[in-house]
This record gives sequence, structure tokens and C-alpha cells, in this order.
Amino acid sequence: MLNVGDDPTTQAEAGGENVLRRRLVRSKYLYMMFFLPFMYFLVFHYVPMFGNVIAFQNYNVVTGFIKSPFVGVAHFKEFLADPYFWKLLRNTLLLNVYGAIFSFPAPIVLALLLNELRLQLFKRFVQSVAYLPHFLSTVVVSGMIVNYLAYDGVVNRIIEQLGGEQIQFMNDPSWFRTIYIVSDIWQQVGWGTIIYLAALTGIDPQLYEAARMDGAGRFKQIRHVALPGIVPVITILFLLNIGNFLTVGYEKILLLYNGSTYETADVIQTFVYRRGLLGSDLSFASAVGMFQSVIAFILVVGANRLTKRLGGTALW
Amino acid sequence: MKRLNARGHTAFDYVNVLLMLGVIFVMLYPIYYMAIVSISNGTSVARGEVGFLPVKITWKAYEIIFSDAPIVTAYKNTIVYTALGVFINLLMTSLCAYPLSRKEFYGKTFFSLFVVFTMFFDGGMIPRFLVVNGLGMLDTLWAIVIPTAINVFYMMMMRTFFQAIPEALHESAFIDGANDWTVFRKIVIPLSAPLLATMTLFYAVSHWNSYFPALIYLNDNALYPIQIILRNIVIQGDVASQSTETNGVMGTLVVDQNIKYAVVIIAILPILLLYPFLQKYFVKGAMVGSLKG
Repeated sequence: MLNVGDDPTTQAEAGGENVLRRRLVRSKYLYMMFFLPFMYFLVFHYVPMFGNVIAFQNYNVVTGFIKSPFVGVAHFKEFLADPYFWKLLRNTLLLNVYGAIFSFPAPIVLALLLNELRLQLFKRFVQSVAYLPHFLSTVVVSGMIVNYLAYDGVVNRIIEQLGGEQIQFMNDPSWFRTIYIVSDIWQQVGWGTIIYLAALTGIDPQLYEAARMDGAGRFKQIRHVALPGIVPVITILFLLNIGNFLTVGYEKILLLYNGSTYETADVIQTFVYRRGLLGSDLSFASAVGMFQSVIAFILVVGANRLTKRLGGTALW
Repeated sequence: MKRLNARGHTAFDYVNVLLMLGVIFVMLYPIYYMAIVSISNGTSVARGEVGFLPVKITWKAYEIIFSDAPIVTAYKNTIVYTALGVFINLLMTSLCAYPLSRKEFYGKTFFSLFVVFTMFFDGGMIPRFLVVNGLGMLDTLWAIVIPTAINVFYMMMMRTFFQAIPEALHESAFIDGANDWTVFRKIVIPLSAPLLATMTLFYAVSHWNSYFPALIYLNDNALYPIQIILRNIVIQGDVASQSTETNGVMGTLVVDQNIKYAVVIIAILPILLLYPFLQKYFVKGAMVGSLKG
């Protein structure tokens, strides 16, 4: 709905062109304010979007966008035929699948348990403590992981004392996914409870009362009252999670992986970084990056459509 | 009901409290451990004698890092990036949110879509790098503070907040001859002080913690933020020993655990000190963000 001017009579008399001009004049200051943000989005978001044209070129920094030769979809063909690309895609998806299985339910369980705590002061204390890791930087968390799991690190020292054999956690590809997921849960589980706790406080206390009258114990109350109460929120968050299935915490992976763990740790974005910015193969890396952006876009929009249809609470 | 004891607590409550104590331990111990190692004697740390209390307390690690020029420079850089970055963030985010919150902003629907679309379609790491390069921003602080000027999600929170300001306030100002710019400066911004405080914390934490833009846009050591130094000392110092400096902390091939953790502690100190505020504002923000959107 377009807003109609404050004076209906002049509005009705004025011709179409005049109305448009009046509206533009009225919004004059708003346009002036919006100029800088508009330029920001144009330069740092839309120009790069169209800059993806280099994915169809053999881009060379010297010749630039205009003069670099076009090669069509050659780069796309190249990576789609490369088994390593499918490994990258598999690694990216697997981290998300394990995330959906382990990282996603963790805050739900924690929220349900927090909700059962009787002493509010204690509950608030646990919450405060559990939120803390969320505020630590990726570098700090990765630093802790790398040092604690080092060959001579704390964890291996404990393993040794218990009579076990030291494990090369950081250099063994079979450990990478576990490390990624467990550290992710450690950092985000507390923070993830916020939205569920909010939903839990919205549940009518009479429902618990009724369940108790029917002889339901605490577990049954959780299963039949609390859990169903937050199912709508869970559904929406799960769909949004699926929408982000091509996105992983590549900034963390960059800090955790090394040549010996690429097999499980290398994902699309880390590959784009290595090949494009370290290896200077800008066109090929852009093609891979663009492939990711397009698929990710389709997934996110699809997930949003679905959530809107289900609950009406979409991201926008 | 039968299982209730004298104080009305069931076995469930006791188990639950135990579980939560476990959660507290798991969350805090890894952080606490870094703090006690950083003030313990280096050889005791290496022998694995440090468990729950610091051994032979010494502040040597902190003396070393505070006299290490690259670390001090990086710390100052991070403070500058955070302060300037937050200023740019607040300016740009509010300049974006206010027009989009006004009904009479002609083209509002188009511009909203223009902005929101960038949340869903990423231009990509490589083309953005080329833009930053093309603007001559590489190896300048602008590469750190400009490309992340507006977080669309925070912008939408701000727009929602602006929309909730009573229309009557605007109307009476317009009748008095004020224009949108004056209303924005004299009415909207002062009324949004609590929101701006929240935004300041949001943006400040993200600047303080960020390393990736610095990794790709900065080559000059003198411009490195603390997170990059942290990465070089704490992560690479152990995994690869890639540092090339010949003196100072990064010159030693294997960095002592207590020095590593001391650097981590000074990097997270501001966050720990501000934590009571951070937590309060962030939780509020997370609620607004997730419920409204």
C-alpha cells in the first residue's frame, strides 16, 4: 500500500506524474539518508554478485574484468567432473547432517532440563555460565581445542594416566568431525536454549496441573506437556537449519584443519579460500563459490517458504 | 507425588541439579584452566602438575607479552578497529533502518528487498576480495571496518524498533516544520538510546572477535588485530610453527603453554569484564531477533 498524502483533495486533483513528484519530494531527506547505506550494499554486495562474471572468464588481475577472455562454463564443467569437488560437497553436507543430529537437539534437551529447575537463582546462574562460550572468538575456541587435544596436551595426558594410548587428534581425519561437532555444542548449546526457554515460559501452567492430576511424573510432564509446547519452534528452527545446509563454520575449520585432515575437514569455502586467495586461481575459485551461493540461496528460500506456510513466522 | 520427600523434592530434581553442576563444570573449566596455567610456573605446567589450582604463581608470562611489541600493537589495533568499526556500524545501520521504517518512504518495498536479498545471496569471498582490492583498501584499516558496515539482521531489529515509536511524535514535529533528518536526529535517536546500547555491544563483540577479514585483507604485520596474533601464537605456534619472526614471543619455536594462555586471557578479558552487561543485552536482542525478525 502506497501512502497517500496528507491532503486528500489536492491528491485527487493532481495528475499521476505530479503525485510521483510530490512523493519523491516528500521523501527527499529519507533518500539523502539512505544514500550511504544504498551505496554500501551496491558496492560490497551487488558489485561482488555481478563480479561473479569472472567465474566464466580466465580472469587475470592485469587484464581486469573487461579484457579477460571468456571461457563460458568451462570452470563449472571442470569442478563438476572433479571427484575432489564431490568430496568437498560431501564433507560440507556431512558436517551439517551430524550438526542436525547432535548439535541441533542439544539446546532442546538443556532447555527442558533448565525449565525443570525449581530454584530460579540457580537456573539463572546455570544459564549465565552456559551462555559464556558463545562470546568467545573462533580463534580462542580453536586455540583451546588445538592445545588441549595436542599430542602432549591435557586430554592425551589424562588418556595416558588412565593407561590408554595417546591419540593424534588434530592429525587424524577420523577425529575431525567429532571435534568440530563437540566443540560446536560446547560453544552454542547454552545460547541455543534462549529461544526454547522463551517458548517454554509461554506454556499454560494449567496444562502441567492437569497432567499432574492425571498422575504424570516429571518425565511424563516433559514428554507430554513441555515438549509438545515447543514443537512449533523446533520445527521452524529445524527448517531454517536445513536452509543453511551448505553453510559451515569455515572460519573455525580454517583454524582446525591441516594437510593431513583435508580428507574429512576440507569444505567448499575453505577450498575457495585456498584455491582463490592463497593459490590465486581466482576464476576457478569463484566458479566453485558461485555454485555454493546459488544452491545455498535455493535452500534458504525454500526453507523460508516452507516455514511461512507452516507457522507464518519466517525470517522476513 | 508419592516420591516426594520432606522438602518436596523428587529424585528427578537431585539428578537434574547434578547434571546442571556438570554443565557448569564443562563450560567453565576449559576457560578457568587457561587462567591458572597462565599464572603458573612454566616447568610445573609442562610436567602436568597444574589441575585445579595455579602452581608457584608467577606473572612472568604477562610481563613477557606486555613487553612484546607485536602483541601490544595488535591489542591497540583491535581497540581502534572496534571503536571506529562500531561508530561506522551505528551510523550506517541507523541511516539504513530509519528510511525503511517510514511509511511515506517512496520505494520502501523495493529498497527493503534490495537490502534483505543480500542476506540470502552471498556475493562470494573472491569477488568481494577483488572489490576491496579495487578500492585500494587492502592493507588499510578501512578493509576491516567498511565491508561489514551493516548487519542486515541488526538493521531489521532497529527498523522494527523505530516503527514502534509513536507516529504522533513524528506528526507534531512535522507540523512544527521539522524535516525527516531533524526528526531522526532530535527524536528518533534519543529515544533509541537503549537499542543503540544493545547494538554497540553486538557490533563491538563481533569486531573484537573477528579474524577472517584481517586474514584476507591485511598483510602488514603492523596492522594485525589481536585475533590474528592469537592465531599465530596459539594455533600455528603449535601445529605448524610457521612464524617467521626471529625475536619476541613469536621467535621461539615452541611457545610455552603459559604464554599462549596468557595471550588468550588478555584477548578475552574485556569480554569477561563486560559479561554481565553483554549477557543481559544479548539475551534481549536474541529474543527480539528470533521472535520478531
